[in-house]
Amino acid sequence: MAYDKFTVLRSTAVPLPIENVDTDQIIPARFLKATERKGFGDNLFRDWRYNQDNSPKEDFVLNNPTYSGKILVGGKNFGSGSSREHAAWSVYDYGFRCVVSSFFADIFKNNCLNIGVLPVQVSAAFLADIFAAIEADPSTELVVDLPEQSISISTTGASEQFDINSYKKGNMTNGFDDIDYLLNIKDNIRDFADNTPL
Amino acid sequence: MKKTLFDKVWDSHVVQQVSGGPDILFIDRHMVHEVTSPVAFLGLKNRNIPVLYPERTFATADHNTPTINQHLPVEDPLSAKQLKALEENATKHGISYWGLGHEKNGIVHVVGPEYGITQPGATIVCGDSHTSTHGAFGAIAFGIGTSEVEMVLSTQCIMQPKPKSMRININGKLGKGVMSKDVALYIISRLSTSGATGYFVEYAGDVFTDMSMEGRMTVCNLSIEMGARGGMIAPDEKTFNYIKGREFTPSGAAWDKAMQYWETLHTDAGASFDKEYHFDAAEIEPMITYGTNPGMGMGITNGIPRADAVEGGEATYKKSLAYMGYNEGDNMLGKPIDFVFLGSCTNGRIEDFRAFAEIIKGRKKADNVTAWLVPGSHKVLNAIKEEGILDQLHEAGFELREPGCSACLAMNDDKIPTGKYAVSTSNRNFEGRQGPGSRTLLASPIVAAAAAVTGKVTDPRTLL
Repeated sequence: MAYDKFTVLRSTAVPLPIENVDTDQIIPARFLKATERKGFGDNLFRDWRYNQDNSPKEDFVLNNPTYSGKILVGGKNFGSGSSREHAAWSVYDYGFRCVVSSFFADIFKNNCLNIGVLPVQVSAAFLADIFAAIEADPSTELVVDLPEQSISISTTGASEQFDINSYKKGNMTNGFDDIDYLLNIKDNIRDFADNTPL
Repeated sequence: MKKTLFDKVWDSHVVQQVSGGPDILFIDRHMVHEVTSPVAFLGLKNRNIPVLYPERTFATADHNTPTINQHLPVEDPLSAKQLKALEENATKHGISYWGLGHEKNGIVHVVGPEYGITQPGATIVCGDSHTSTHGAFGAIAFGIGTSEVEMVLSTQCIMQPKPKSMRININGKLGKGVMSKDVALYIISRLSTSGATGYFVEYAGDVFTDMSMEGRMTVCNLSIEMGARGGMIAPDEKTFNYIKGREFTPSGAAWDKAMQYWETLHTDAGASFDKEYHFDAAEIEPMITYGTNPGMGMGITNGIPRADAVEGGEATYKKSLAYMGYNEGDNMLGKPIDFVFLGSCTNGRIEDFRAFAEIIKGRKKADNVTAWLVPGSHKVLNAIKEEGILDQLHEAGFELREPGCSACLAMNDDKIPTGKYAVSTSNRNFEGRQGPGSRTLLASPIVAAAAAVTGKVTDPRTLL
């Protein structure tokens, strides 16, 4: 599915300083019954965001008008658990284009890269700086520069480099996807398949 | 060059490498279920491309299915629509489909091995993180997202950077009442819920050599719960005896040819791993979790550890214990419980039901406990009946349900109510995993059985 190209993103950010945020929190299983990719943003963090009577939980950050933006900042080990790509869809459909954390679970990170959400892994110290800067001033902006592989904090001027492999970086900046790449080498895949033992 | 088991299987499946990027990995077997596949099939439709190798993909319905009255139409319209979509997609693309009511239906990771789809040295993927289960046979098996499901359907490949390697060695003999589930929960409690992220794990040592195939599946299944992409165990005589003669296992000359490959599947002496752990079997007790991730587990006779002894930060830890209604230092033994769930791709196999039956035999279900016993497949269900286990369950006051994922992820009606405690043999104790507000204690089938007959957390060794 096509997504918007990602180059430089400058935005305020929403802080979620909790560790081990699993994909069951990002999107609970009962919202996985769709057969199309629609409406997932409404149920992002459903059970942290809403009471069981569907009234908003006032103390959850997405319900706090002080914080908004296209960048979600989460604690260490963000996106653990289930492989549901619906979690990444929820993040994207809600309006986030980037998730920042000091550590990501593998499958969630892959899913994000495949649908146009940039996972930016920073050091634990830099993550703490981001949380502190946003707490001190919620209008703090983060500047995520994918071509330069850097992230900086507008109010403090601090910045850090991040890693991404050059293939995925190219995909994100151009809006390409893996399937187009693989379809182009289908003949090689067929030859390979003819010689596999199983 | 000395190679690990993982290297041998991975390297032999690399079609080509992308410069500055991932490996293009050929996938031998692909399993799909109703929840993570519809958008992938929609992608094929939008691109107007076919499934490249339909004979390498197998579809079963499990996540969203009811576990009672499966002969009736599915009541929830959204679930019914999703199940219908899988059936239509499988039929349209010529994919084997084992839907609700089919004799081969069951949880994807239970039926794969049962019918010989799972084989040593294969690459196996599925849009489900517990695909790691199949590593028990010496396969590289891992969970993928829906974009990757579409990739495999259309090209039989995915693009993945090669993970780092880890070996976990456990030698010695397990004590009385210690099951494979306890071994896995012990490892996760030692490494934490993210301790193996970025790694593919090989399990080695006496404990895994001595373990049954079912036990190995339980261990490999839970690899993802410490963040690992997957886990695997080198195939041996036990593995070959298990798969021989199953429907999709090669036979005759094809078997001999496959054996030539399978017999190479072990880590060479002197091969190195990026990380290695050694644990002692004698250290492992029956385990139970007290928090909201599978790393928050402990020996059942211990007290809940203090915040500073647990990975994850104090705020996260306190949030977790507040959700569970527990305090630091509490003993878990004697804690009241409301539900028991026996089942899932982790512990829904015949061996798990045999172990449960051993404890409940001659006892009665506690009045305060609601028990949901859900076999992993029709094959397991039939074995439960044939072995007389069903009669034992009935005599002790238990009912058996029909196969499916059920309360493990509570997509269907099998939801643990808000605030209630469930001792579950499944794989995740996340907040709300088994239903909004539910509280999960992960444990082995015999810890679950002990809780079911006593109505509280009980050391199963006192009932053996």
